[in-house]
Amino acid sequence: MPMTDARTKIVGLGKYTDDLHVPGMLIGRILHSPHAHARIVSIDTSRADALPGVHGIATGKDAPTPYGILPIGHDECVFAVDKARYVGDNVAAVAATSAEIAEQALDLIHVEYEPLHTWFDPEESMQAESDWIHESRPHNIEKEYHHSFGDPEAGFTEADFVAEQRYVAGEVNHAAMEPHATLAIWEPDDRLTVYSSTQVPYYLHRTISEVCAMPMNRIRVIKPLIGSGFGGKSEVIPIEVAATVLAKKTKRPVKITYTREEVFYAHRGRPRTIVDLKMGITREGKIAAVQARVVQDGGAYCGFGPVTVLYSGALLGAIYDVPAVRYDGYRVLTNKPACGAMRGHGTVNVRFAFESMLDELACKAGLDPAEVRRKNLLMAPCVTVNGLRVTSYGLPECVEKVVERSGWKEKRGRLPYGKGIGIACSHYVSGAANPIIRSNMPHTTVNIKIDRDAAVTVYSGASDIGQGSDTMQVQIVAEVLGIRPGRVKLVSADTELTPIDLGSYSSRVTFMVGNACIDAAKKIREQIFSAAAKKFACEPDEIECADEMVYKRSDARIRASFDDAVAMAMEFHGALVAQGIYSPPEDARGGKFKGAGVGPSPSYSYSAQVAEVTVDPDTGHVRVDKIVAAHDCGKALNPLAVEGQVIGSVYMGFGQAMQEEMIWEGARLMNPSLLEYRIPTTLENPEIECIIVESNDPEGPFGAKEAGEGSLAATIPAIANAIYDAIGVRLNTVPFSREAVLEALEKKAGSATQTGNGGNGASAETKPVSRRVERRS
Amino acid sequence: MMGKELMHFHVNGEDREFAAPPNRLLLDALREDLGLTGTKRGCDDSSCGCCAVLIDGVPTLSCAALAASCEGSEITTVEGLGVAGALDPAQEGWVERAGAQCGFCTPGFLITTVALLRRNPNPSLDEIRDALSSNLCRCTGYMQIYESVKYAIEKHQKEAQQAAGAPAVR
Repeated sequence: MPMTDARTKIVGLGKYTDDLHVPGMLIGRILHSPHAHARIVSIDTSRADALPGVHGIATGKDAPTPYGILPIGHDECVFAVDKARYVGDNVAAVAATSAEIAEQALDLIHVEYEPLHTWFDPEESMQAESDWIHESRPHNIEKEYHHSFGDPEAGFTEADFVAEQRYVAGEVNHAAMEPHATLAIWEPDDRLTVYSSTQVPYYLHRTISEVCAMPMNRIRVIKPLIGSGFGGKSEVIPIEVAATVLAKKTKRPVKITYTREEVFYAHRGRPRTIVDLKMGITREGKIAAVQARVVQDGGAYCGFGPVTVLYSGALLGAIYDVPAVRYDGYRVLTNKPACGAMRGHGTVNVRFAFESMLDELACKAGLDPAEVRRKNLLMAPCVTVNGLRVTSYGLPECVEKVVERSGWKEKRGRLPYGKGIGIACSHYVSGAANPIIRSNMPHTTVNIKIDRDAAVTVYSGASDIGQGSDTMQVQIVAEVLGIRPGRVKLVSADTELTPIDLGSYSSRVTFMVGNACIDAAKKIREQIFSAAAKKFACEPDEIECADEMVYKRSDARIRASFDDAVAMAMEFHGALVAQGIYSPPEDARGGKFKGAGVGPSPSYSYSAQVAEVTVDPDTGHVRVDKIVAAHDCGKALNPLAVEGQVIGSVYMGFGQAMQEEMIWEGARLMNPSLLEYRIPTTLENPEIECIIVESNDPEGPFGAKEAGEGSLAATIPAIANAIYDAIGVRLNTVPFSREAVLEALEKKAGSATQTGNGGNGASAETKPVSRRVERRS
Repeated sequence: MMGKELMHFHVNGEDREFAAPPNRLLLDALREDLGLTGTKRGCDDSSCGCCAVLIDGVPTLSCAALAASCEGSEITTVEGLGVAGALDPAQEGWVERAGAQCGFCTPGFLITTVALLRRNPNPSLDEIRDALSSNLCRCTGYMQIYESVKYAIEKHQKEAQQAAGAPAVR
């Protein structure tokens, strides 16, 4: 089914935040720190204040209340109060009658800084004995977790093949096409209305209330259309608070829209991650133990950091039946923009390491990597060694489908030198079973109203960010009520009209909001059925609905149109209203150890992928020819949308694997633009084929699970493993640049004489050593 | 501050007048002065393609054109491609084949696609990829965009067949 908002978008009438314009609106601009770590000695705004057209300037003293997405991490102020902690940190903001005047005013603000010692390398930063980025975080360690499940020592002893390797994945940005924007309107009755490009109106609502010291009931947050998020709009971004503080101060509407450069400095993307991984497998290919030490370069503020590092540990081994897992995770502060949640939150870089090493061990053992994955499957329903409840598990079918579709058996190890094929798997949560802010409140509430026109209006706090959650809700309600989707109207993501939803992140919306929609629609259907039962002289449970009709199951001639049935119900109830909720079940909420709250989900999606590549050993260039991705989404409520999500995830994984990386020279980002931070265009992007696998989750709405994130993580290792199959070298650093390929070939040629051909199973034996080894610049 | 000048535009088939400084970008003129916010700004260095419009039929990045240089030209934005009930086949393709997820890049892609299909009514997949290579999409992975373009090609062909067949029926 096409997206319900597609027709608005294709005629250019859909309004995104920056498209909004209200009378008297001022334009805001933000002054950013040129220093990576510096005490703010003084700020003089007098010259800027005097500039005609300037209506207000805000600095740290206007909003000194610290905030943060996690209750344990309220460590940032909208404008630096004591010191700036990265180049780009927010220092002040101006609201003026035009963008030009606001920018001129920024030049007139004089800030005196006292530079401090800077920390850029996480492994150095975590050794710091002084000059900590936050005084409350000794040695610049934001958070560390140490988990052990099963008996890793025994596992490694029992293993026949053990590998140890360091993997490094570069820092990446969401690069959503819409730069963040916020329009904050100070209303005449001292209320605030805030339009913002947010994935989570609820958190923004709370944060504005705290920072502006106003009760939530005087603040209204509205999410217009969003030009996608991928996690980059899931925590409160400084622009959102800055616009609000300026609106409150000037008593005028203030709009701020980031430049693309500001988007990169606001960041909250996937951190550069160092994974020291050890894994052991038996001769038969069964994983015996896994051990990982993970260091994430988190940037200058906490953000989602502890959650990211916990996801990395919780999901590390939980995709397979792994009997023993040891995990040491460190979230480290550095003087760079804060990292945060990004599609596949926490899983992507550890999955790259894990799936690469599993492939390597399979080759060492002389086993087919696809077979090795089959040997380590869970038997659902089950609980993993780290306490994650698995209710449905389509991974076996995903592996089977991609092996079959890609011609894996015919191709693996048999392609000519320079061509290769690789397999990898991934998984992801369908929403977090535990909310960020602990409470017993349902994770979502959906209201439905049916009035005399028999139009069905759904009120939902869920944020459609382009993934199609509005369409999903309309479909579900229409299905339960037996009516056309076109009859259902959705009012969403407006805190004045819609009940609380925890937002669009961790792939929670289909599972949680979908279930709440079913709950609400069933309750309103009961009202209709009980009225119809009286008319039909039968019991309500003898009634069904479909095709815009309400009828007696045993005799469909006894029936009424949906409109007439609604009119009957209204005789009893007046306008019909019902409320649906969703809370994850108790047994899905994970263990009791420290950090156990992150990772548990009511259900998990699974993906298997096969990538095919062509590598030019002369230039190091890797072309990804095709990726086949099979994704277990439980049940595809909207196959068109599911395919779009899976292909989009693979695309983003491909970008990280091959060409995306934020490149730093000390404090300065060298590529803060879409010209230099190269997301894939149509020219680089491979053919991507999506195969939908349906495992019908027992608790999912009509069996559905997430589809929007889980596929991303498999793409990177699938490509890495295909490169190995092509040229016999393992790349342990993402992205897989030409230089890295040439360097690895050079190294391999250097050691080839001593170690034969690496002893790597079929592919190494059937392929000659690279012809050339010298590196080209 | 630079003084403003009166500018005359012919945009989406209508004559429009507005006052703007001579250094006004076409993108800003469309969005701020004429309220045509369908054209989007996704970057600051002409790299994303979200702001593409047709100037005398040629797809052009409106962030890299001065408004003043467009006086006397026929400008078409996404709002001028088609309206509900009379959509361009490319717009229908984007709906039916899910070419739009978040929709932010969609106006630019539609403009490029319409120009492509006017120039080459039956492009190969490689020609489609070439033509769309200066438009970035972060959501779709492009596969459903290719499907959307193919839908438009087929729709055009059907319409052409109907037009060719119409006299015979009569």
